[in-house]
Amino acid sequence: MSPHLPNDQAVTQLWVYLQASSLWWLMATLLAYAIGVALHAAARKNPLVNPVGIAATLIVCLLLLTDTSYERYFSGAQFVHFLLGPATVALAIPLYHNRERVRQALIPMTVALLVGSLTGAVSVVAIAAALGASRETLLSLASKSVTSPIAMAITEQIGGIPSLTAAMVILTGVIGAMIASPLLTALRLKDPLAGGVAVGVAAHGIGTARAFQISPLMGTFAGIAMGLNGLLTAILVPLLFSITQK
Amino acid sequence: MIHALLGLLGCQLAGEVICRLTGLPVPGPVLGLVLMVIFLLIRRSVPASVETAAQTLLSHLSLLFVPAGVGIVSHLHRVRDEWLPLSVALVLSTAITIAVTALTFHIIQKMLGRRSTSQETPQ
Repeated sequence: MSPHLPNDQAVTQLWVYLQASSLWWLMATLLAYAIGVALHAAARKNPLVNPVGIAATLIVCLLLLTDTSYERYFSGAQFVHFLLGPATVALAIPLYHNRERVRQALIPMTVALLVGSLTGAVSVVAIAAALGASRETLLSLASKSVTSPIAMAITEQIGGIPSLTAAMVILTGVIGAMIASPLLTALRLKDPLAGGVAVGVAAHGIGTARAFQISPLMGTFAGIAMGLNGLLTAILVPLLFSITQK
Repeated sequence: MIHALLGLLGCQLAGEVICRLTGLPVPGPVLGLVLMVIFLLIRRSVPASVETAAQTLLSHLSLLFVPAGVGIVSHLHRVRDEWLPLSVALVLSTAITIAVTALTFHIIQKMLGRRSTSQETPQ
């Protein structure tokens, strides 16, 4: 190492190294999330101060300021992204612990899932179409309430833009996590089962994460609803689009 | 910890393999979830290490969505052009979906509760 103070060139070289480094973008993801969690705690866990929303906004700003491509960012962030798979499998554990409650609530859950799945897909397309969204955007929005891997597969099948869907899915999850508690309180629905299913159907994994914060039982029902809604939407949306095309 | 990771990743891998072989329109991890539930039902208990690993992963679940959320950076021009339909549709549709789903669940449970004798009041 040179004993001199770093000059501009050395700083530039260091930045060139860091920008290309997976380690740096992995750190940035964790750091941005830690900031989001700290702000969430400082706001007394107000759901409107959403850690995912804050973290993603911070990183988007950083990428724009440093002119870094999403692909380069993802080379580091993929290690976090990868954990979504095992985390989905891990939802089996709370599901197993609450299997009796799930069995008892099977009928209302099935009906709510069917109604909710249809409502989620039809309402977003109808509202966006009424406000003049482009056809590509509409196709990419239809599966916005579904967990991202399923949502992207659906969009691909009906001819939208999968990466746009992924971003819309996360945005939907953040919105759902923000509004779920105030909305359910306004509707006077205190049942954690009804609330859990609703948040899981409308806001997939981010809604489920929020539901786990409220209670493990609500989180469990959100997790089940998220998984089943994924399956249901994967069948319903391509079907609806093939009907409306004719 | 090693056993827990093997279990979780093993279920995911088995799920992916089954999806590919059968052509089911289900993502591998979701099928992996189903396999894990079946395993736990047969075993009749959750191994302590799996319990710990699952709790750790699920307590930071929302972190895992950050990389996909940042993907919006590739679509900023579209967001600029269509911000009004996008924002209104996402907020309204999400609110409507939460309300409709929760109310449906509530109403159906009430209808069933009236008929059956075993009344269970949720907290």
